[in-house]
Amino acid sequence: MAQNVAKLTSVKIEDVRVTERIKRGLIYAVLIFGALIVFIPFAWTLSTALKAQDDVFAFPPQWIPDPIVWSNFSEAVTTRPFGRWFLNTLFVVGVSTFGTVVSASIVAFAFARLRWPGRNVLFLILLATMMLPEQVTLIPTFILFRELGWLNTFLPLIVPGFFARNAFYVFLLRQFYMTIPFDLDEAARIDGASHFQIYLYIILPMSKPALAIAAIMFAQFKWKEFLAPLIYLNNSDMFTVSLGLRTFIGETWGTEWNLMMAANIIFMIPLILVFFFAQKYFIQGVVITGVKG
Amino acid sequence: MNSARSVMSPGRYFGKYFASNRRGEAVAGILMASPWIIGFLIFVLGPMIASLYLSFTRWDLFTAPKWVGLDNYTNLLFDDASFIQSLKVTTIYAFIGVPLQVSLGLVLATLLNQKIRFLGFFRTVYYLPSVIGGIAVAVMFRWIFGSQFGLINGFLSSIGVQGPSWLGDPNWVLPSFILMSLWGAGSSMLIYLGALQGIPTDLYEAADVDGAGSFVKFMRITIPMMTPVIFFNMVMGIIAGLQEFVIPFIMTGGGPADSSLFLVLYLYRNAFEFFKMGYASALAWLLFIYIMVLTGLVLRSSSMWVYYEGSMKGR
Repeated sequence: MAQNVAKLTSVKIEDVRVTERIKRGLIYAVLIFGALIVFIPFAWTLSTALKAQDDVFAFPPQWIPDPIVWSNFSEAVTTRPFGRWFLNTLFVVGVSTFGTVVSASIVAFAFARLRWPGRNVLFLILLATMMLPEQVTLIPTFILFRELGWLNTFLPLIVPGFFARNAFYVFLLRQFYMTIPFDLDEAARIDGASHFQIYLYIILPMSKPALAIAAIMFAQFKWKEFLAPLIYLNNSDMFTVSLGLRTFIGETWGTEWNLMMAANIIFMIPLILVFFFAQKYFIQGVVITGVKG
Repeated sequence: MNSARSVMSPGRYFGKYFASNRRGEAVAGILMASPWIIGFLIFVLGPMIASLYLSFTRWDLFTAPKWVGLDNYTNLLFDDASFIQSLKVTTIYAFIGVPLQVSLGLVLATLLNQKIRFLGFFRTVYYLPSVIGGIAVAVMFRWIFGSQFGLINGFLSSIGVQGPSWLGDPNWVLPSFILMSLWGAGSSMLIYLGALQGIPTDLYEAADVDGAGSFVKFMRITIPMMTPVIFFNMVMGIIAGLQEFVIPFIMTGGGPADSSLFLVLYLYRNAFEFFKMGYASALAWLLFIYIMVLTGLVLRSSSMWVYYEGSMKGR
């Protein structure tokens, strides 16, 4: 009797282990299949970027190029002023990121840690602007910059950043500043520190991770930005890389896919590199803004 | 700290000290918030008023704006087949694509919340498409969806199926875009993952005791606990979907036969190709109203299906 019971339970445990193993196997199968689907477009892009012009249209599709044409990359870069575009983009991204982080952090400090009349109403307005579609302000903003003579300059892409135009970053930094103990301000105030000094010497040094998150997120956004450069930049010397990519489509439809894919890879590399080196910041950004519910 | 302050400023000096401190703080607050306040006036409020005004005018940028009353709006709504088409296209894309994307993101997040190996690797792979996003993805998929030499049709023909001409066929353009957007489902995954870790494990343990299987646990615990986040992702996704521009602009230019004429693409054309600034402004306002109405509806309906812990409504 006792033996039978023991047998029964051991069978049951064995059963559970088997179903657990099957379940696990299924999860891996699904995840690997999905990862392949995610990976294939990248692989195909790379494969095309390394093909000779004649092999691009080989049928059935050829995965490993023969011969491998590394020169596609240098050709993509030299047939267009790619170096210039790269520098343009670095300049626009660098300056506007700096402006956004500096202005957003000062404004966020005012909203998070100082009491002033109108603060709550203005913060509600700030949140509302995050929901406002960009198209509503697009045309008058374009006209304003045109009147100022800023078309075909980087100013329309850079200047709004210094005025915390993208309210999301104010919101993100405010959420972070709210978590710093208020006793610190109080103590510093008693020691005679001004509000700006408290911001500069206490809050800023403590919020380096949050500032890094804001900078990385904004820089990624700016690197990919397309509509604004499209509207404001006409002279190809002034293009950013995202706008430059388009020239491979417009002028040479269907003829230089290999160069276009090479250019696309060059465009993607900085995004991928930043992502790999700053992965933890992307996750922290989600946590800080509290959207996790 | 409070006691320290009252020691520092006792007696009749207290009131004065406190008042000036308060005033100083108010001045500093307004001063430090001023970059945003000024930016809001110049880049948001001013342009909003201007664009509202422009939406009642006809203006080609070169001659003075001419007041036309509600003409732009009535034209758009009743006489402009392209606008109605763009409304239709954009709505289908947002309301079929986004729910699919949000569900797929939830499934991925659930799978990636298990105790399995190579978790970091899988998370990275699935999140990568959303890191790249936008124009790079559009350029990539334009090549993959090619009707003759595209990768998908190459694969299909190798198993004996004649693929559609995806981007060249009015019936297949939107499905192509939606398929492509599913490739980027990882963007919502990250937010779900954070939320999944916030679900109390004792709920699952209690269900284990009751003998519930994984599917039952997913449907009865995970989904109800996740509804606020699902809701958030859904609203944000729909708002973003209604504003899609790069994908139709790069991949099809709105064609064939306006089958991928998205609202913002049509707006862009009116403003920067036809120089109908007033008309485009009215279009922008209609888009804005559309987004607000939809968001309002979703918010309203949320009380029926969003479960907030501790609220009576969820029961």
